[in-house]
Amino acid sequence: MPSPTSGFDRAGGASIGAPLGTPVKVTQGSRTKGGVGESTLRPDGTLKVTGEFAYSSDLWHEDMLWGQILRSTVAHAEIVSLDTSEALATPGVYAVMTYDDLPTDVKHYGLEIQDTPVLAHGKVRHHGEPVAIVAADHPETARRAAAKIKVEYRELPVITDEASATAPDAILVHENRDDHHVGHVPHPNIVHRQPIVRGDADAAAGRADVVVRGEYTFGMQDQAFLGPESGLAVPEEDGGVHLYIATQWLHSDLRQIAPVLGLPENKVRMTLAGVGGAFGGREDLSMQIHACLLALRTGKPVKIVYNRFESFFGHVHRHPAKLFYEHGATRDGKLTHVKCRIVLDGGAYASASPAVVGNASSLGIGPYVVDDVDIEAIALYTNNPPCGAMRGFGAVQACFAYEAQMDKVAKELGLDPVEFRQRNAMEQGALLPTGQRVDSPAPVAELLRRVKAMPLPPERQWESSEGADVRQLPGGLSNTTHGEGVVRGIGYAVGIKNVGFSEGFDDYSTAKVRMEVVAGEPVATVHTAMAEVGQGGVTVHAQIARTELGVAQVTIHPANTEVGSAGSTSASRQTYVTGGAVKNSCELVREKVLEIGRRRFGSHHPAWATAELLLEGGKVVTDGGEVLADLVDVLADEAVEVEAQWRHRPTEPFDLRTGQGNGHVQYSFAAHRAVVEVDTELGLVKVIELACAQDVGKALNPLSVIGQIQGGTTQGLGVAVMEEIIVDPKTAKVRNPSFTDYLIPTILDTPTIPVDVLELADDHAPYGLRGIGEAPTLSSTPAVLAAIRNATGLELDRTPVRPEHLTGT
Amino acid sequence: MRVNFTVNGRPQEADDVWEGESLLYVLRERLGLPGSKNACEQGECGSCTVRLDGVPVCSCLVAAGQVEGRDVVTVEGLAEFARQRAERDRCETASRGDRTAAPGTSLDEARAWQARGSDSQAGEGGELAPIQQAFIDAGAVQCGFCTPGLLVAADEMLEHHPNPTDADIREALSGNLCRCTGYEKIMDAVRLAAARQGEAV
Amino acid sequence: MDFLRPASWEEALAAKAEHPTAVPIAGGTDVMVEINFDHRRPEYLLDLNRVGDLYEWEVGQDSVRLGASVPYSRIMESLRAELPGLALASHTVASPQIRNRGGVGGNLGTASPAGDAHPALLAAGAEVEAESVRGSRRIPIDAFYTGVKRNALAPDELIRAVHVKKADGPQQYSKVGTRNAMVIAVCAFGLALHPETRTVRTGIGSAAPTPVRARTAEEFLEAALEEDGFWDNGKIITPSVAKQFADLCAAACNPIDDVRGTARYRRHAVGVMARRTLTWTWESYRGARRASKGAA
Repeated sequence: MPSPTSGFDRAGGASIGAPLGTPVKVTQGSRTKGGVGESTLRPDGTLKVTGEFAYSSDLWHEDMLWGQILRSTVAHAEIVSLDTSEALATPGVYAVMTYDDLPTDVKHYGLEIQDTPVLAHGKVRHHGEPVAIVAADHPETARRAAAKIKVEYRELPVITDEASATAPDAILVHENRDDHHVGHVPHPNIVHRQPIVRGDADAAAGRADVVVRGEYTFGMQDQAFLGPESGLAVPEEDGGVHLYIATQWLHSDLRQIAPVLGLPENKVRMTLAGVGGAFGGREDLSMQIHACLLALRTGKPVKIVYNRFESFFGHVHRHPAKLFYEHGATRDGKLTHVKCRIVLDGGAYASASPAVVGNASSLGIGPYVVDDVDIEAIALYTNNPPCGAMRGFGAVQACFAYEAQMDKVAKELGLDPVEFRQRNAMEQGALLPTGQRVDSPAPVAELLRRVKAMPLPPERQWESSEGADVRQLPGGLSNTTHGEGVVRGIGYAVGIKNVGFSEGFDDYSTAKVRMEVVAGEPVATVHTAMAEVGQGGVTVHAQIARTELGVAQVTIHPANTEVGSAGSTSASRQTYVTGGAVKNSCELVREKVLEIGRRRFGSHHPAWATAELLLEGGKVVTDGGEVLADLVDVLADEAVEVEAQWRHRPTEPFDLRTGQGNGHVQYSFAAHRAVVEVDTELGLVKVIELACAQDVGKALNPLSVIGQIQGGTTQGLGVAVMEEIIVDPKTAKVRNPSFTDYLIPTILDTPTIPVDVLELADDHAPYGLRGIGEAPTLSSTPAVLAAIRNATGLELDRTPVRPEHLTGT
Repeated sequence: MRVNFTVNGRPQEADDVWEGESLLYVLRERLGLPGSKNACEQGECGSCTVRLDGVPVCSCLVAAGQVEGRDVVTVEGLAEFARQRAERDRCETASRGDRTAAPGTSLDEARAWQARGSDSQAGEGGELAPIQQAFIDAGAVQCGFCTPGLLVAADEMLEHHPNPTDADIREALSGNLCRCTGYEKIMDAVRLAAARQGEAV
Repeated sequence: MDFLRPASWEEALAAKAEHPTAVPIAGGTDVMVEINFDHRRPEYLLDLNRVGDLYEWEVGQDSVRLGASVPYSRIMESLRAELPGLALASHTVASPQIRNRGGVGGNLGTASPAGDAHPALLAAGAEVEAESVRGSRRIPIDAFYTGVKRNALAPDELIRAVHVKKADGPQQYSKVGTRNAMVIAVCAFGLALHPETRTVRTGIGSAAPTPVRARTAEEFLEAALEEDGFWDNGKIITPSVAKQFADLCAAACNPIDDVRGTARYRRHAVGVMARRTLTWTWESYRGARRASKGAA
């Protein structure tokens, strides 16, 4: 049987760079199979390939009802009247609820700012806002009943951009703001504003030999996870409710749900159901409260499953942005200054907008050293769809613009774009515009060097003797070219993403680890509330437990709220923070196990008192490798259990005027080289190859690391050439809420993605690892855009690029 | 209305089917086979792919009434289907394994999903179809929501094209969206399954 | 909603006569989307899956009689020689799964301007065999599309088959979408050379309220080919003729702006596809001519 890695040797596979000269030393776990650093396979893999893995939409319960949400058909309106009587009278309908039926005074929720109504109250602020909810015995009955609810709207003018939001007579999207940002924003339709000023950009501009300005537009991207929002709420005998849910952060959901239900948190039990992808789109609540309300009202289990149409309205999207940049440089290729203004459209509710502003501003100039900067980022309240978390938020939009600028400056200076970037690349010890020192490796120039050094794919294959294969040409199966009009282009980009929650957030996780003998074997059980959304956290937790406890068998307990918070599966943080918590709890368990060993066997061998003891291969051994005891004998019938919190180094908020502060804890860097072929006459693009080099600190599971990089890269490709939620500027209504018209890349749109992984340890992080999930999503998009510019000679200041932009039509 | 058809080799009867219901709904909500996934309901993602009389189709676009008397294979029956295919030459009539029908996944099953002792092991899945094992081994599964549909489509392709080129694989799987992997590991998995299939012959 | 399951064509016609509002469903690739998304709740669904002869085709002397439900994947595999344009068009339809279910009857029944088969049928020259309990008739494809998503069928009629002329010369088909697979046409173009009659026919999709032919372009090209004896001398078509043809094809469009593309782009792209498909078909014609000469 070939080894599991036998498929990776071919072109388009991936390689892990050699570890950088660390001497071989026997340390805890280094001799235990299936530990950290190996490509062990997913514990949920078998269930996922047999169809048995229970996603939230697969759950079923005796007597279960189906919930349905009635959503607003207009973006901004007062609700003049709302009549549910006919819906309620429909046979098979068990409950219809509106704002007036909410059980407590808490009627809003939100991640940071509680501005989102559970059900609309007198007003709707965006297209698709929930107005009423129905529970019935069949989804079709629920749909028909919801359609019978009569809502009369009086439409209001829509606010759709910065001009309409900040006009002197602008309607306020939220009339009576009392959140903690309202005091420092210039207009109540601005959620948050973060300036970052360092040095004197105006003075530095005077030293510049070239100054380049640009105005960029980033379209609204959707997470488009394949498993639509869904969950099952089961009422419990104690008056509480148990919610089985696909989410990114159980405890954050819990904090928002319980007050609306009027229940203490211990009466709202939450269990993570199978999650069909997330990418930020499950950080906010969707149907959670609605399902619980209906379950408590009817006394029956209620399942809600969005369809794809509803999913486009049921979660926040990536902030579309307008970005204004000015870069200056001297003839010798050194940046003098950067000024930028980033305007993010947060839509109707705040969601993660403040944090998106923090990232966009603090990472606004990219992984470059510039002493004189003047940055401003704002997020607007508008009547567009609410925007919030999506992979790489804030940093993604900025990277698209600053990398376009870097190419422009390089061109202006007549320098190679990679060379120009390398001359300005940050290194360890550099200062960010926030004044924070980067205190871990920052191999920006090296990543660019590596990605540039990769071999290029062959050219003009359509001229081969076998003739053109349309599947490898722009247009693909649609047979639009046999090589005519096709021009190749190459582009580069690099980005920087913060890892973990920044700006003073208490970013911790909790892990409960238990060790005991089961069926004659030592077994570790790892219990966290971490949301496994596909990233492979469960795989890594088992590896960490093996490494730290020297066992073969690890059971991953289902994630629920019976254990403390794990924080969010976002911000590339879970392997760092919950991985760190698992490691920490394992270490505490190990100490206790060794204590038991000393108590029981200490008198048998002097090494129990003198040597450094390790747990390896189910045994207690000395660092010299001498076996002292079997874990089975040490533990006997005792179980050792530890539940402990673990947190990374604290961060600070940014100063609201200057943006100075040690806001971040870690950074993640990736570089891409895109090779594209563009049918210049039809404006169709085929990405031929998208090579990536990324520093991951330490690859805990190389197979998963490469999978994350390739997946993130592809999402960046999507927003470069096809993905955009189109909102009508006149009505603020979404025009393409379907997979027919919101296109994500198919396998024929996705090129080979060779990956070069660098492992430079961050000494502050567990095992030296870096959060990796988001960085590849940053540089992928600007690399593709740069390649298209290279092929066509066009400026292209917006993403995604559409055929009409490439053909001037 | 009532619909009688065969699923994974076993006769099934669904009662009280609403006329607008899809085959996907009947499989998931009435027959206890939620392996086929509902991700778009408009034939634009392939997550619900099943074989209808041997042909891969989107079960979301087949009206339940249209499957009367027909034969359906879902991801739940894929391993057995592949095993029987492999044994067909020996004319062996194997007994067909199947899940007992209960609508959806019960909460007890759902709660138990992760509580297994060890990781999926490479190349060891005696009960899995070769394509299923290859998906695990190659790291082609992340969130896994697209996986059932991809497995059905890829298995059917390998049945007809045992030595596909990369372009063939891409074309055959162009109706199945995946949002997590960037497809590279899926390509690896199909190549791996094809290579193993070749070795086995 | 009622689900009607006729076991034969006669039963299907009787059912449609009794319930003229019944919505026929075969591949389901249009109808089920509308039902799944609550856009349509027909009183009756008329399932045609059990009507076996809708899945059959016959290759005759001059034309192919293609059952309305023959899946696109079968057209791609089995009728590439006889119906090359339609086979190419079939290959661009949605995804392999959809091509396994959908057939030309569905495209015609829905009559969406974006239906992939239309430009190929227009270019090849086809007749729609429609039937009701009142009798059978053949509707020329040029008269079939009567408006946006409207066709010439009477309420009691069903599409039984399409009669498409067998290719007597090269045919091509191109479609623009913003994705390399599984995409609805932004616009599409079909071209068929008919050396036997020394005519050319075109078809344009998604660039007007209905699928249309570029008749002025066809006439121009026919005249140009005739004038300089191109059919006989097999010379390369001059760039100016190709450009004029392309411009006239673009001018035949009457497109709109929508989420899939702008009207201006559609007109432009139809022109580019017209020029390219003319080059491909003409090169193929010249190649075939040279080959037959060589053989003789």
